[in-house]
Amino acid sequence: MKKRILAGILAVSLVGALFTGCGKGASQSGSSSSAAPAEGTEQTADGAGQAASETVEQTARAKANEVVIGIAQDLDQSLDPHYTVAAGTKEVMFNVFEGLVKYDSNGDTIPAVASDVAISDDGLVYTFTLRDGVKFHNGDTVDLDDVIYSVTRCKEDPNVNPQTSKGLACIASLEKDGDNKLVMTLSEPNTELMSLLTLAILPADYDKQDTAPVGTGPYKFISRTAQESVELEKFGDYWGTPGNIDKVTYKINESAEGLIMGLQSGALDLVSHLTITQTQELGTDDFNIEQGSMNLVQALYLNNARAPFDNELVRQAICYAVDRQGVLDMAFDGLGFPIGSNVFPAFTKYFDESLTDYYDHNPDKAKELLTQAGYPDGFDLVITVPANYQPHCDTGEVIAEQLKEVGINATLDKVEWNTWLEKTYSGRDFQATVIGLTADPLTARSLLERFTSTANNNFINYNNADYDALFEQAVKCYDDQEQVKIYKEMEKNLTEHAANVYIQDMADLIAVRKGLTGLTFYPLYVLDVSTLKWQ
Amino acid sequence: MKFAVRRITALLITMIMVSFLAFAAFHMISGDPAQAILGTNATPERLELMRQQLGLDKPFLVQYFSWLTGFFSGNLGISYSYRQPVASLIMPKLKVTLLMVMISFVIIVVCSLPLGLRSAQKASGRFDWVRTTIGQLCMAVPAFFLSILVSYLFGIVLKWFTPGDFPKIDRNFAGAVRYLFFAAVCIAIPRIAMTVRMLRSTIIQEMEKDYVRTAISRGNDRSEVLRKHVLKNSLVPTITFLGQTMAEIVGGSIVVEQVFGIPGMGRFLVASISNRDYPVVEALVVILAFWVILSGTVADLIGQKIDPRLRLGGRA
Repeated sequence: MKKRILAGILAVSLVGALFTGCGKGASQSGSSSSAAPAEGTEQTADGAGQAASETVEQTARAKANEVVIGIAQDLDQSLDPHYTVAAGTKEVMFNVFEGLVKYDSNGDTIPAVASDVAISDDGLVYTFTLRDGVKFHNGDTVDLDDVIYSVTRCKEDPNVNPQTSKGLACIASLEKDGDNKLVMTLSEPNTELMSLLTLAILPADYDKQDTAPVGTGPYKFISRTAQESVELEKFGDYWGTPGNIDKVTYKINESAEGLIMGLQSGALDLVSHLTITQTQELGTDDFNIEQGSMNLVQALYLNNARAPFDNELVRQAICYAVDRQGVLDMAFDGLGFPIGSNVFPAFTKYFDESLTDYYDHNPDKAKELLTQAGYPDGFDLVITVPANYQPHCDTGEVIAEQLKEVGINATLDKVEWNTWLEKTYSGRDFQATVIGLTADPLTARSLLERFTSTANNNFINYNNADYDALFEQAVKCYDDQEQVKIYKEMEKNLTEHAANVYIQDMADLIAVRKGLTGLTFYPLYVLDVSTLKWQ
Repeated sequence: MKFAVRRITALLITMIMVSFLAFAAFHMISGDPAQAILGTNATPERLELMRQQLGLDKPFLVQYFSWLTGFFSGNLGISYSYRQPVASLIMPKLKVTLLMVMISFVIIVVCSLPLGLRSAQKASGRFDWVRTTIGQLCMAVPAFFLSILVSYLFGIVLKWFTPGDFPKIDRNFAGAVRYLFFAAVCIAIPRIAMTVRMLRSTIIQEMEKDYVRTAISRGNDRSEVLRKHVLKNSLVPTITFLGQTMAEIVGGSIVVEQVFGIPGMGRFLVASISNRDYPVVEALVVILAFWVILSGTVADLIGQKIDPRLRLGGRA
């Protein structure tokens, strides 16, 4: 008897396996017309049933005005925004914290906790007017002491991202002027100061930011369960346009299959950073697939201090040998934004489009340069890739194939993420590696300073006197337009000297359940839930 | 009594050894917690500072002994990745995994005993090859694939549960059990097949023994002999085997928890290893060692209860 039941279960699962098989096949071929009629009917029946019950589910969650978002990694060890490191954590906590100013969807800074800022003509004195009645999530009103505490902490605490503290070092004094004015005096002008002042304003001397963060943003932090979920709730006393959704739950699942399954089952409403194959698996009956960009610089980073990449000709040869469009077509279904230097396209102020096609795909030229450099027969190359980032592995794979064309025998070395961090990134022990680097904070300086010869995160060991001199000039430049020009010069320098083989800013695919609208894209790695809305 | 003392000593020694090995392994592989926490924002200065804060700048043995003394005074330390006490982080995960393992074990016992018996009875039957093939298939299918299959079929198509929406165990116990049942099935299927095969060959071996032939030649009913005598004698190795199963299904939970999105111990262990969260990994590894030894001990004790012959060994 039992056996018969088991046999029954097995039979059912086998049939199930057949269906999954069919489903996959159909989505991969991408055309429903090629599917046999029998299969077709099965699938539509299936799909209709799903859609019907999903509508019920959807209204239930929409009625409660809640959203459940799937994320692939847990948050940082500390939720303190000044100490946060992981991009994934900032993506979530963006909704909880605000600075004196904050980013809008163009990447420009707009007033937040400060209602107004006046800058003196010499660019040395910033006078911020505190917005009236801005409240922390714990009910306290923000006062000048909180602001001074937060700014000072970011400037002086050694646990804070050095890019931020270094940028804030120009602040000579912070003084109160009455109850609601803060006078910030600089020792030298700094055109990027506003970007840095997006730093979160926190209540002074509150010591539980680590585990129970308190900010001023449109959503307040409710709870966090390790490896399970993070809960946010709409903040009723928010000073600005409040969010629409009452409760946002982030569910953590490291398995991509688990996330997709969660979307299909109705457990999740929104998942970012999907691959094209995954979105095809989901179909378009229940989901809208939105496309943004990841806002990072994906490149084949070359160790400029190690032979043969200490030779500029070799680096240039590789730039000619790699076919960027080929990488996008082969590994990303044509999606993505090609780049030619160290700035991603969404950062429009500094992006120089003319550099993108500086190196065309030209294997003959590559061979010629290799011969000139003394490598007529190519050489052996090991490309290190972090095994947990499929897009980087895929990119590496395609590049390795392309390099074979010019006689370079490239092999992939997939390493665990921590090994990559320690050996490749901190230890600088590698030949070439594929990775995507972000701008943190969102300033040209944070993107470009890293390749000055003395920067301690210059993991490619780029060493160019002109580049260093340009950077010195840029930092000292007080005129915004002039500075942009110098930064663009720096980008050009990186391209001309082929510091790295720049590939793309990757497309970011987001699945959003139908009925949920208002998704806003930023040139930052964030997801703004305050604009989301159920229809 | 002596038996118990010996067992407990062995348990302690094993747990200490395991914890030491885990600690040592961590120091040999590349990457440290500070590096894992700081990621690409790491600079030499920041790494140094973070290491100091986590106490990683101390020598290896000092680190280990401070953990060990903490452990014996009931303090499992603070997790690097969550800045929360390890004990309070682990407890909820432990509950979930334990519940899942229990369900899985019940499924295994309930399914494999009758199936094994029947399979042995029909061992010379015409359709024996079908049974063996199905058994092989069940053993061979990877837990990962099985989990996807089950979530798709019962979750997406039949909607008997909602994959990715595991209810909080304290708020909705029945819902949690229902969700865990499907995951437990995925862990159980390969183990059922193994238990059935093991039981089958034990019974067949036993059936060939002299006392069985005598009993049958005396005119006893074949199936009666099987039930009354053979089964009892085959039970001891089966229980030992089930003890091993109890220990091993915890390992099987890792993959299944990931696909089903169950916040259990296995998933936590994997994440903690890649985050280099020593305190959490140490605690989990010790719990696992304890579990393995406990399963073996319980199986032995039950075996002794059933078969008096084994008790002699225990007393000596």
